[in-house]
Amino acid sequence: MLWTHVRRIVKSGLVNFWRNKVVAIASVFVITVTLFVIGGLIMASAFLNASLNEIQAKVDVSVTFNPDVAEADVLAVKQSLETQPGVTAVTYTSREDELKNFRELHKDNSLLIQSLDELGNPFGARLSVRAADPSHYEAIATFLEGKNDESGALVAPIDKITFKKDLVDRLIGLIDATRKVGLAVSVVLIAMSVLVTFNTISLAIYISREEISVMRLVGAGDNYVRGPFMVEGLVAGILSAFIAMILLYPAVIWVKDATASVYGGVTLVSYYLSNFAQIFLILLGSGMILGTVSSYLAIRKYIKI
Amino acid sequence: MIYFDKVSKIYPGDAVALRDVSFAVEPGEFVSVVGHSGAGKSTLLKMILAEDRPTAGSVFFESTDIHNLDKKQIPQLRRRIGSVFQDFRLLPNKTAYENIAFTMEASGRTDEEINSDVPHILELVGLENKMWSFPREMSGGERQRIAIARAIVNQPDLLIADEPTGNLDPVNTHDIIQIFKKINEIGTTVILTTHNKSVIDSLGRRVITMEEGQVVRDDKSGRYSI
Repeated sequence: MLWTHVRRIVKSGLVNFWRNKVVAIASVFVITVTLFVIGGLIMASAFLNASLNEIQAKVDVSVTFNPDVAEADVLAVKQSLETQPGVTAVTYTSREDELKNFRELHKDNSLLIQSLDELGNPFGARLSVRAADPSHYEAIATFLEGKNDESGALVAPIDKITFKKDLVDRLIGLIDATRKVGLAVSVVLIAMSVLVTFNTISLAIYISREEISVMRLVGAGDNYVRGPFMVEGLVAGILSAFIAMILLYPAVIWVKDATASVYGGVTLVSYYLSNFAQIFLILLGSGMILGTVSSYLAIRKYIKI
Repeated sequence: MIYFDKVSKIYPGDAVALRDVSFAVEPGEFVSVVGHSGAGKSTLLKMILAEDRPTAGSVFFESTDIHNLDKKQIPQLRRRIGSVFQDFRLLPNKTAYENIAFTMEASGRTDEEINSDVPHILELVGLENKMWSFPREMSGGERQRIAIARAIVNQPDLLIADEPTGNLDPVNTHDIIQIFKKINEIGTTVILTTHNKSVIDSLGRRVITMEEGQVVRDDKSGRYSI
């Protein structure tokens, strides 16, 4: 009997969905908009993270050694740096490479090149330290300044530590603020879309309130009245997930083209394609929940009779 | 079968719909309730269907106090009562067949029963050719016959009809009343509210007359007189 009951409810929901086309289209439309907002926010968050990572990757701590420091000593410092927490990469640039880079950079400045020829190689070797998170740079700089080193041996050969504290601090602040604002905007947008969806489905069910009262008067139980409406909501949610997923693709392409000059643009499209299943499941789940829960809540007040 | 025990219904704003109404309806009776608009006829029927609660007094269906039933028992009560309304109240997005089948499905009847009973009942009300028509594709008289078919398909103990001929022409009115008579002849109790003098006079059955929420006359074999 339970199976017959479920089968009848599902059939009735599907038939109603088909016969109430205008109402069904309105529901699908608003759920699609909500899911598109959710999908868009997922993509925006990926885009934001990729952009922040890109900016983050441009920041490092640079350690320049005195020119007379032996390569072995520099490599020893490199090794000890690599064991520091949060350090992801330490790049060694030898004195010769530094000179070569400098010459390359200033090849058009003959005066500078000439004085360099007279002077010999004034450069010391250099280590560039990258950290997993910008907040680690301060600790790395402190470590290099010898404050964390009891022996103090490390301090002597270092000529200069380039660590743009202001820039790093601002970057940390920017990333933090962007994430917070992003989260707040996401919450507000999703809340607004969910409310609009709920109101539209409430309106659709309001149109059917007479029908619901008739169902009640001929002896239909709560589940038998509510079930088909929830199935309608479910179908609308599933259809909307497909539509939203399809609409996201041209949107991603558009954003890629619009930002190509800044970021090369590949990240977002590849993110969409490589996370297709995951994004689709999130949209599908959200759509199904949105459709059925909205219907369930909207119908409550009409089945009291 | 139905017993109203000192039932009063007062809506907010001191609007009195029923005042101290008491009467009983025996099984197999055909009772007409007459009165002006606002006399309380429809409120009486709403009480029987548990659509509304009395402010005071009790309404019994057999030995059950209708308004002491919990929410889950109300659908079971309604399955024992067939109801017909002036505005038909068919489900607009379901065909004639589906409207009748819905009532049977709600009562937990099997597919086999539905497949055999629905065409049979449509034949009984003379609308077997309208099986797959939607209510909007039917005339008022046809819609009301579908509504009656829906009301009797579960073989209810009681049939209540609230102004069932109010929207119909004399020919359809006559046909509908003949159907009610037949239903009553096979043992179903019928409670009918109406404004229609000719319907009451042609029936020659019990008539309860209401005025301003009170029963002012109860004639065993009455005629319409307000």
